[in-house]
Amino acid sequence: MAGTKEIRTKIKSIQNTRKITKAMEMVAAAKMRKAQENMQATRPYLDKIRVVISNLSKAHPEYVHPFMVERTVKRVGLILVTTDRGLCGGLNVNLFRRVLRSMQAWSESNIEIDVCVIGSKGAAFVKRGAFNPVAEITGLGDRPRFVKVQGAVKTLLDSFEAGKIDEVWVARNEFVNSMSQKPDLVCVLPIAPETITTQQHHWDYIYEPESKDVLDLLLKRFVAASVHQATVENVACEMSARRIAMKNATDNAGDLIGALKLKYNKARQAAITQEIAEIVSGAAAVG
Amino acid sequence: MAVTVRVDIVSADQSVMGGEATFVVAPTTMGELGITPRHTQLLATLRAGEVRVTDANGVVSHFFVSGGVIEVQPHAITILADSALREEDARALALIEEEARLKALESRTEIGMRETDYFRLRGAVEAEARLKWIEGIQGGVSHTSQ
Repeated sequence: MAGTKEIRTKIKSIQNTRKITKAMEMVAAAKMRKAQENMQATRPYLDKIRVVISNLSKAHPEYVHPFMVERTVKRVGLILVTTDRGLCGGLNVNLFRRVLRSMQAWSESNIEIDVCVIGSKGAAFVKRGAFNPVAEITGLGDRPRFVKVQGAVKTLLDSFEAGKIDEVWVARNEFVNSMSQKPDLVCVLPIAPETITTQQHHWDYIYEPESKDVLDLLLKRFVAASVHQATVENVACEMSARRIAMKNATDNAGDLIGALKLKYNKARQAAITQEIAEIVSGAAAVG
Repeated sequence: MAVTVRVDIVSADQSVMGGEATFVVAPTTMGELGITPRHTQLLATLRAGEVRVTDANGVVSHFFVSGGVIEVQPHAITILADSALREEDARALALIEEEARLKALESRTEIGMRETDYFRLRGAVEAEARLKWIEGIQGGVSHTSQ
């Protein structure tokens, strides 16, 4: 019975692991639902602000905000949205791979990169590589607050206004559905005005107090809202990725337990057979 | 049927209101602004204050916004608030806060009461002791004077 004991302890330990992964799967599933609701709740703001901005590009404002002017790109700002915790499959790794590809393209055309990281996984990634981190926020939790995101975005907005950087990109996971997430990079600054269709009549808004102030506030809110939406969406991605990863882990643990049980029973039977053989041969020797 | 305009109030966290209205009052940084349907295009910044929306039946609903931007199109008004609250929600929130405040106050007075009681008691004991002491002296003095 030498091998059976070890196998039994192994089975026990895997059973415990399975319990944990099962629990984590259920927690992730519950959080995923909440995160998805949250994502739906924050979406109207971004949609509406986008409508206002597209209206704005149809109007003929006398003042053009610097956020809407495209410049030749010498330096870009990158907002990297990642999770705070691991155990969510290849979610962050896929995003990093996607980001590295873009970074390579940028450095080939001699464009420098400033990175603003959201999430501790991204912070660790940036520390490993030779990047230029300008801001870092971690611990946003399962419901990222708008105000916290605003703070991080501000550094990049300020350097964009000062002309230090010429483009701002957001790297985040796009929530396709609960089974798949797509790493993606989107340009948030400059805000590309839609192709201006020739309007029949010229019109412009009445601005109160001044067009500059109103546009400034509106566009800053738009960028912050885009980033906020990205963080909220990333939480939903994280939870669904974790749920799937944990489900796979639970299934694998089940398979492993099955295989070990088979091995255990074989060892047990072999031991019994051996014992009988010994008894029989002993009896034969006596008889 | 009164002429109405589509009104949407959205905050960064959620959509607060979406519906038709005949009249909207919003607190812009330049002062309170009343908007009726078919208003010309307008873009203004908001300060913290109350938004009042009158619907087709003349019912007025109140909202609190903490600032943001209002966009007016002839057939649509969009209020992009940094944060917004329905009146009911604000009431509920105020109620919760009030309750918490009262509870905090209660516990504080409880401690305070205990404290003052203790001090009062100690004071009383001290006063009594002092009185006794004075009486003792006076008694002593009066005895010697006799």
